[in-house]
Amino acid sequence: MKSLSVSKAVTALMLAGLVLLPLYSSLSGNVFILTLFTRIVILALAAASLNLIMGFGGMMSFGHAAYLGIGGYAVGMLAQEGVGSGFIQFPVALAASAIYALVIGALSLRTRGVYFIMITLAFAQMAYYVASGLARYGGDDGLTVYKRSDFSGLINLSDRTQFYYLCLACLFGVIFLIWRIVNSRFGLVVQGLRSNEQRMQAIGFPAKRYQLVCFVISGTMCGLAGALLANNTDFVSPAVMYWTRSGDLMVMVILGGMGTLFGPIMGAVVFLLLEEFLSQITEYWALIMGPLLLLIVLFGRGGIMGMLGRAGRG
Amino acid sequence: MLLVVEQFLNGLQFGLLLFLLAAGLTLVFGIMDLVNLAHGSLYMMGAYFAATFAAWTGSFLLGALMALGATLVLGIVLEVTALRHLYGRDHLDHVLATFGLILFFNEAVRLIWGPAGLALPLPAWLTVPVPILPGIHYPAYRLAIIAVALLVALLLYLGVMRTRIGMLIRAGASNREMIGALGINIKLLYTLVFGLGAALAGLAGLMQAPILTVQIGMGENILILAFVIIVIGGIGSIRGAFLAAIFVGMIDTLGRAFLPNLLRQVLSGAAASTAAPALSSMLIYLLMAIVLVVRPEGLFPANRR
Repeated sequence: MKSLSVSKAVTALMLAGLVLLPLYSSLSGNVFILTLFTRIVILALAAASLNLIMGFGGMMSFGHAAYLGIGGYAVGMLAQEGVGSGFIQFPVALAASAIYALVIGALSLRTRGVYFIMITLAFAQMAYYVASGLARYGGDDGLTVYKRSDFSGLINLSDRTQFYYLCLACLFGVIFLIWRIVNSRFGLVVQGLRSNEQRMQAIGFPAKRYQLVCFVISGTMCGLAGALLANNTDFVSPAVMYWTRSGDLMVMVILGGMGTLFGPIMGAVVFLLLEEFLSQITEYWALIMGPLLLLIVLFGRGGIMGMLGRAGRG
Repeated sequence: MLLVVEQFLNGLQFGLLLFLLAAGLTLVFGIMDLVNLAHGSLYMMGAYFAATFAAWTGSFLLGALMALGATLVLGIVLEVTALRHLYGRDHLDHVLATFGLILFFNEAVRLIWGPAGLALPLPAWLTVPVPILPGIHYPAYRLAIIAVALLVALLLYLGVMRTRIGMLIRAGASNREMIGALGINIKLLYTLVFGLGAALAGLAGLMQAPILTVQIGMGENILILAFVIIVIGGIGSIRGAFLAAIFVGMIDTLGRAFLPNLLRQVLSGAAASTAAPALSSMLIYLLMAIVLVVRPEGLFPANRR
């Protein structure tokens, strides 16, 4: 029980920190930290969506950045065409990600293991090249989003604090949804499929259909992150979908603790803060970051959540 | 006609180069069950070593040989210090750890050689065009790449299929415990295999260096191609990697060369010239998707167990 309390305390502290961050930012006059954490919260949302299929479903998607791009391009392209309403942009972003996930998932789920990792990667690379070829929408150079999504005065996305809280609300909403899914009958079947697909199939569950639905839910959530990201950077480019970005998301999930509810948030916060912190010390921050990841894999099994659990027991 | 022959040879040359990269990847993958994302970094290091050593010694060949040795040593050091501890772990652990290595290598290169790319000039005797058919000339250097890669492919095949070490490697691939129980130093064997894979990646990198600029991150695009190849060919199968590499090299090169014209027949000029680059880059991923859907184990799966 004691082990639980340590990781719970750290998690609660982190969540409280995220909620109170704008207050600190306005009191200290540090605007940069709010911008930084908006980005962290959005990528935490993407990592959480990946964790749903990777941690709970055992499906290692190495192409999750594609949804970031699809969600982002939905916002950017609509804005370019003069459709500025967020009430249209966001549903379109979610729907586009869902449809992409449905097609990709249906094809990829025919394979498993390393082949699944590779085929999801291949499809994401395809999306990357499609975006590079969109001459009307900037091609390789990317697309500037001149106006953030307009929610008819309900929320003003250009206001830093309001936008931050919107992102945070989306993150908490997604985490809540994942919690409900994981503990539902559907979620239990998906987790059962992770440990023994043959047995679940023998009991009579249509394995692929359950996994596909889970895959689509995850992709849609990540599409939401993409739509937020485009609003945050006022820019979307094929680079968002490049495979190393999918790697970043994977690193966040594994770093934080795969298959734990709050692990991906922890992973995103630590990974991006470390990146920020190290890049302030030295231009060559990746020189430290790289081996650090290696050490975490070698000695920190179960990610930060796992380490916190062990620290509590120790 | 001239263009077709030339592009065909370009495709073959690129395919063989991809094979060198894919062979190392599939050896390490098939035998040690290690997903090594940092394989592309070894390719990059091969190119940087070659450019540096060639500049030091003033000789292209000497520089290339030294670079080959240097990547071999680098591979062995990498295996002994880091990767050895990852055997038997989850594939995800491999992905994360070797992703960290990519970050490290890219940054180390930026620190040592600076952010600007390097050039590796060819000696005069490799730049001459060689007549291959009446009226058709092809650069000597590209022919040399084809020759070297074919030779290495042959040696690799003979080495794995006909020698005692090759037999041990194949045995180690199917049953690690058994080969260890027979008194074989499996640790040393794995280190050697990894070193060999690294040297192959380095060879691919140093041979590609005079054609492209030597730059940071050059291994990342081509690594994904190599992964596509071993997935199409069947993981762990050298023969599969060879055939798939030639196939992918051809499709990629020919697609880039001829797709714009083909598209222009059906689309308007502007639409065709924007769609063609994206479509030709997508071709091989499309191919991989089709192969995986039809044969999830790849075209030539290695016979295991």
